Amino acid sequence: MALEIRDIYKHFGPVRANDGVTFAVEEGSLHGILGENGAGKSTLMKILSGFYEADSGEVVLDDDVLDLGSPADAIGAGVGMLHQDPLVFLPFTVLDNFVLGSPGPQRLDRSEARAELDRVSGELGFRFDPERLARDLTVGERQQLEITRLIWRGANVLIFDEPTTGISATQRLQLFSTLRGLAENGLIVLFVSHKLEEVEDLCDSVTVIRQGKVVFEAAMPVSSDTLVEKMFGKVFVEEVRESVPLGTPVLELSHVIIEEGTTRIEDLSLSCAAGEVIGLAGLEGSGQRTLLRACAGLLSPTAGTLSVDGNNLNKDSYRDHLSAGVHYLPAGRLEEGLVEGISIAEHLVLTSDDTSFFIDWQTADKIAEQEIDDYSIKGRPSSPAEDLSGGNQQRLLLAMIPDEVRLLLLEHPTRGLDVGSAAYVWQRLLDRRGDGTSIVFASADLDELLRYSDRIVVFFGGDVFAVRKAVDTDGEELGYLIGGKERE
Amino acid sequence: MKALRAATPTLLSLAAALAFGIVLLLLAGAPPFEALWLLVEGSFGSASKISATLLAWSPLLLASAGLVITFSAGLWNIGVEGQVIVGAIAATWVARSLPGPAWVILLATIVAGAIGGLVWALIAGVLKTYGGVHEIFGGLGLDFVAAGLAVYLVLGPWKRTGVASTSGTDIFREEAWMPELEAFGTGWPVVSVALGLASVLIVWLLLRGTRFGLRLKAVGRNPQSSFLLGIPTNTYMLGAFAIGGALAGIAGTVQATGFHHKLVPAISGGYGFLGILVVLLASFSAAWIAPIALFFVAISVGSTQLDLRLGLDSAFGGVLQGITVLFVMIGGAWSASRGFGSQAAREEH
Repeated sequence: MALEIRDIYKHFGPVRANDGVTFAVEEGSLHGILGENGAGKSTLMKILSGFYEADSGEVVLDDDVLDLGSPADAIGAGVGMLHQDPLVFLPFTVLDNFVLGSPGPQRLDRSEARAELDRVSGELGFRFDPERLARDLTVGERQQLEITRLIWRGANVLIFDEPTTGISATQRLQLFSTLRGLAENGLIVLFVSHKLEEVEDLCDSVTVIRQGKVVFEAAMPVSSDTLVEKMFGKVFVEEVRESVPLGTPVLELSHVIIEEGTTRIEDLSLSCAAGEVIGLAGLEGSGQRTLLRACAGLLSPTAGTLSVDGNNLNKDSYRDHLSAGVHYLPAGRLEEGLVEGISIAEHLVLTSDDTSFFIDWQTADKIAEQEIDDYSIKGRPSSPAEDLSGGNQQRLLLAMIPDEVRLLLLEHPTRGLDVGSAAYVWQRLLDRRGDGTSIVFASADLDELLRYSDRIVVFFGGDVFAVRKAVDTDGEELGYLIGGKERE
Repeated sequence: MKALRAATPTLLSLAAALAFGIVLLLLAGAPPFEALWLLVEGSFGSASKISATLLAWSPLLLASAGLVITFSAGLWNIGVEGQVIVGAIAATWVARSLPGPAWVILLATIVAGAIGGLVWALIAGVLKTYGGVHEIFGGLGLDFVAAGLAVYLVLGPWKRTGVASTSGTDIFREEAWMPELEAFGTGWPVVSVALGLASVLIVWLLLRGTRFGLRLKAVGRNPQSSFLLGIPTNTYMLGAFAIGGALAGIAGTVQATGFHHKLVPAISGGYGFLGILVVLLASFSAAWIAPIALFFVAISVGSTQLDLRLGLDSAFGGVLQGITVLFVMIGGAWSASRGFGSQAAREEH
């Protein structure tokens, strides 16, 4: 039995998420799929499990071309997927979760189902109380329940999408031994991750995907150097930007603890001086956004002090942070920055200092024309935000930043922008350093981090993993650190 | 031309609704064109009928104008019905207890109605912003409470002299009646119509030309972005509830002191819920409220004639209003899915 993925294409608008993916996995293998955020792993797995339909290409199991039109088709064809967040209905019992979604007559035979649950979970070495509510299970146990259900449904191929997120170290060991057992029984296990160490520990073979294409396939072991290089590509930084003399500290974090969901930033001390740029590196969800949100006043640190210009802002609200000169630009331009259905001119009125009750639309349009010119926005004062391209939305957001800002917090400031727009955005941002503005930004682009930061803070698994000066490090080392390893 | 293109789907939908109404009349065995003519005659056929239509128009205008404000803030103010009732109760209390000349009582009943509606709306608002209760559920609950309160007052503390009756309280003394202008052999509800039209004008100006209105729209369309832009979103939502509730409350005053001249259990006349239909039909903008509301009340007032002359239940008027809204919404969804009309509307903007 072998799984073959042949020439899969899938695009979303102009983005080619899968650009001709082809590889094969043998029976009984534990196969790792590596790639950075946005490389196309998740899209491919969603195609395999029937959530997306590929534009073209086919998936073949044992010489049969599979029909993967829906998740039900996929499981019927023997492909089961374990999602990052297990698909478990929390108010239901273990037994009800187990039988849910299984084919059969309308009348449920619970005693038969219970016998099946005992049999399959016994074979896998799991123990469940069928009457327990799923809510009371740990994340690890919920995964076990999902595995049991998928095996019972006849899955021959099991896909695990980042399964170690949110589970403890012991649970991880247990999960890994389960996965090895499944492979030994002849199943194909696809293990999707961006954590190098886990793939090195666990997998027999590996496929690396970058920008929608397979760039590397090999049997393990493979050196970490190779994997990092294949995942991120070579990073070159040609030009060295000029630094400005740094001033007194603007942002000061002292022994700060910040908690948000499963993310916990432990005892962080960091300061950012006037005119300094700090880049936050790490895979999505590793804690960068949490830190930015805390600095913006959207989260309160549970311990330590967070101050701006020497004023402790620990317990202060978002609006207090705004008046202290903190400005936050989140990643979702149309979700957390602009307002759909409202024009460029109206956005600029919303953020202007003028507080008169009536709006003088003639003046507002004039100001909008001026800003459109100033920031080279392609649009008219009356253009609604959603009609602008990503680059132009970002330019509008830049135009909306007040003149006097002490600390700028940015999330993926150039994501989705072409090279020209990205360079323009950074030029406008770096210009602000002259006025003593500090900049802290998160990015997934190593090139951007190395090019524009003075210092780089690397996050891994919800906490700060390392801090480097940009001039002392390079793309290769960052690749290691982002994967949770020091360079050997 | 552009305006015409933007209006095309709506006009087509109205035609479809009319055709559907004719089919319904045929099924009911009624002569359709005579029935439709009776609707027109029943609402505009004589001076006193026009006056009755205008009197019904005013509270609907007030409630609809208030709803434009709450819809702009992204709120489904289902509690509007209760706000009309509580406004009427507050106005009744003033009309029954405040001595003094007519103009004092007039002002006092209007202010009391506004305060009553405002307080009732703010309860839903506080439940939403600070209690996490969705305004639809909070508002619906408060509607029932308000309706119960009206019945209790009519049968209990404010019962008619002699015997309690669901037909209402005692008639207010005439100083407390909303003044009318005598002309053409009938009384004209000038004060209530002025209140209704003023409310529409104020809401239109507020949303079009003020910073408050722009911020309100921003909060309604994207609370997350608005909050990050530094707009106190909760304050603005409560502000929208307050204005919407106050206008609905004044609609209650008009119902109590202008129309019934007493408090009755069904004092709201259903104008709160009808206002929601009007605003949906006007695509949430103040500009179209006045003609649409007039169309709706003309159907309501005119449909009483169907009962008298053709033996059709007057509920047919409500059926016609309902299918009009459904057809226009279907037409809107259809044209949006084909990108038709929206482009024209945008160019117009």
